[in-house]
Amino acid sequence: MPQPTLDVRNLQTHFFTRDGVAKAVEDVSFSLGSGEVLGLVGESGSGKTVTGFSILGLVDPPGEVVGGEILFKGRNLLKLSEEEMRNVRGNHLAMVFQDPMMTLNPVLRIDTQMIEAIQAHQKVGTDVARERARDALGKVGIASPDERLRAYPHQFSGGMRQRVAIAIALLNQPELIIADEPTTALDVTIQGQILHEVQRLCRETGTALIWITHDLAVVAGLAERICVMYAGRIVETGSVDEVLDRPLHPYSKGLIESVPSHNQRGRRLNQIPGMTPSLLSLPEGCAFRTRCPIADVECRRLPSLHEAETERRIFCHHPQRETA
Amino acid sequence: MTVFIIRRLLQSIVVVFLMSLLVFVGVNVVGDPVDMLINPEADQAEIERVIRHFGLDKPLHIQYGHFLLNALNGDLGKSFIFGMPALKLILMRMPATLELAFSALILAVLIGIPLGVYAGLKSKAKVSRTIMAGSILGFSLPTFWVGLMMIMVFAVMLGWLPSTGRGETVLVAGIELSFLTLDGLSHLLMPALNLSLFKMSLVIRLARAGTREVVHQDYMKFARAKGLSESRLIFVHLMKNILIPVVTVLGLELGGLIAFSVVTETVFAWPGMGKLIIDSIHLLDRPVVVAYLMIIVLMFVIINLIVDVLYSILDPRVRLQDMKT
Ligand SMILES: Nc1ncnc2c1ncn2[C@@H]1O[C@H](COP(=O)(O)OP(=O)(O)OP(=O)(O)O)[C@@H](O)[C@H]1O
Ligand SMILES: [Mg+2]
Repeated sequence: MPQPTLDVRNLQTHFFTRDGVAKAVEDVSFSLGSGEVLGLVGESGSGKTVTGFSILGLVDPPGEVVGGEILFKGRNLLKLSEEEMRNVRGNHLAMVFQDPMMTLNPVLRIDTQMIEAIQAHQKVGTDVARERARDALGKVGIASPDERLRAYPHQFSGGMRQRVAIAIALLNQPELIIADEPTTALDVTIQGQILHEVQRLCRETGTALIWITHDLAVVAGLAERICVMYAGRIVETGSVDEVLDRPLHPYSKGLIESVPSHNQRGRRLNQIPGMTPSLLSLPEGCAFRTRCPIADVECRRLPSLHEAETERRIFCHHPQRETA
Repeated sequence: MTVFIIRRLLQSIVVVFLMSLLVFVGVNVVGDPVDMLINPEADQAEIERVIRHFGLDKPLHIQYGHFLLNALNGDLGKSFIFGMPALKLILMRMPATLELAFSALILAVLIGIPLGVYAGLKSKAKVSRTIMAGSILGFSLPTFWVGLMMIMVFAVMLGWLPSTGRGETVLVAGIELSFLTLDGLSHLLMPALNLSLFKMSLVIRLARAGTREVVHQDYMKFARAKGLSESRLIFVHLMKNILIPVVTVLGLELGGLIAFSVVTETVFAWPGMGKLIIDSIHLLDRPVVVAYLMIIVLMFVIINLIVDVLYSILDPRVRLQDMKT
């Protein structure tokens, strides 16, 4: 098997808050090879964004990566110096943030913010860099990119800003892009366009992609493999088709059943009962057990992430095989 | 942009007019300058001659009308004491004050911004706490006391710096400047530092607060995610954002710096207009006081206008709104 582009092993990222330690990412492992697309799904607060920031080394205090390894093309990113890491960021490894309204610096022009991203890693003239920036804008479907380069972020809509952010991520043709719900703010047509563009890019250049989202439909169309996160842990991983068709973990099952398109019209949506527990007061054992329809005494014990089927791992004592 | 400037200009004219009314009436109801102007042994005829000469026998609104008419022609009256145009008197002293005020402003920015940004970035470090404690002192210690202490330490005890006057000056385009000679510079240093202390503390606080707010913004994280160097993050991404409040506040404070350099000028015997106005108030030299106040008003108005323009250059969001109006 060739070396994976990214191999995350037992990653732990904790926030040391005044009220206690929030284990935002706990024992998370996954890997993906070049050109592969991994979908990372889970409800709000499950630790998807923190996982992304951990990989980029952008977790700010009170947060800290406290354990695990992040092997990027064989190099452990957690062991790199700040300068080595700076060289990786934006160059080999890029991220598109969740909130497009806040991603771009309000007082700098778009061209400034794009050209600097190129020049931080390559010694190229401003003219060349500008040309590349313009091409990148064109690629993500921004009309009259030459003119748009001279604009400020506030002159763009949210969707346009997100496209600019995606264009910035594409600038240096990184080996891995972490896209944090990048299309949530976009309308359906543009969303389709961008998905298509990103897919093409990954296929052509072998860029690996981690696509963080709430939207299972997007994952279904885009990713090959999926990781379902709950309360900081990966509770199920496997190929997209398998997991979406035949979820083994009760949480994945609930998540999939709560998607409207999955239900017939007029029928009540199946929802996961209860609320996401606070990370500071997680139930002992399996964190999902208080909301789980099939929990029993055994679930007070922490399950382990085990291979339930080939290429299919699950964090549960009672895989839902029979009801699937 | 031009529409914006024209509108602001019209507003400014109204402000200046209203202030002229307030200043003129205010100054003219205080005290009786005749007592000061006339030899106590003078007879009644002499007194009346003087009163008529200065137009003090006319009702106040007529006096104001005259004043306004003359003011429009650039004549703000003659000094009772010096017998020369008040405006000319003040303008002669103005370069000294401006030089002092601008030096103080530059010191406040050059020292205040780096210290404030540092304190914002490393808010837990000992150095940062020392900086912040220093800025509290800068706020709370009275200017004249600090000035006197500076004189005592650096002029009297150590003998490093001169304590009074402007020193050797150079004439540039008809204006005497101290900062171009070494001697002048040594005379300028202490008063400028003294005058800037308060503003410097203000800049430190603004820069620190701005830094602490900006570093946690998503766009700073995104900039880091692009792999930018630390220096570019600080000097471009951070700096451009914190300069907006700093420029606004400092611009507005510049007027105050000029107007209230009175204390520093008095302590260091700096021959600027602040010292002139104190003397004129003592002698009830009304035209000089009125002219001084009008110049200060005018200066505030102009500075505000410049700040607005600067602000819109720094902050593109403001620029857009102006274009719409
Ligand atoms: N600065 C912080 N201080 C304390 N806890 C934090 C901080 N940032 C994140 N967390 C914790 O990390 C958890 C995971 O947050 P994260 O942003 O990764 O969720 P997410 O899965 O991206 O959710 P969403 O879908 O809403 O974006 C949160 O529940 C929160 O408790
Ligand atoms: Mg998130």
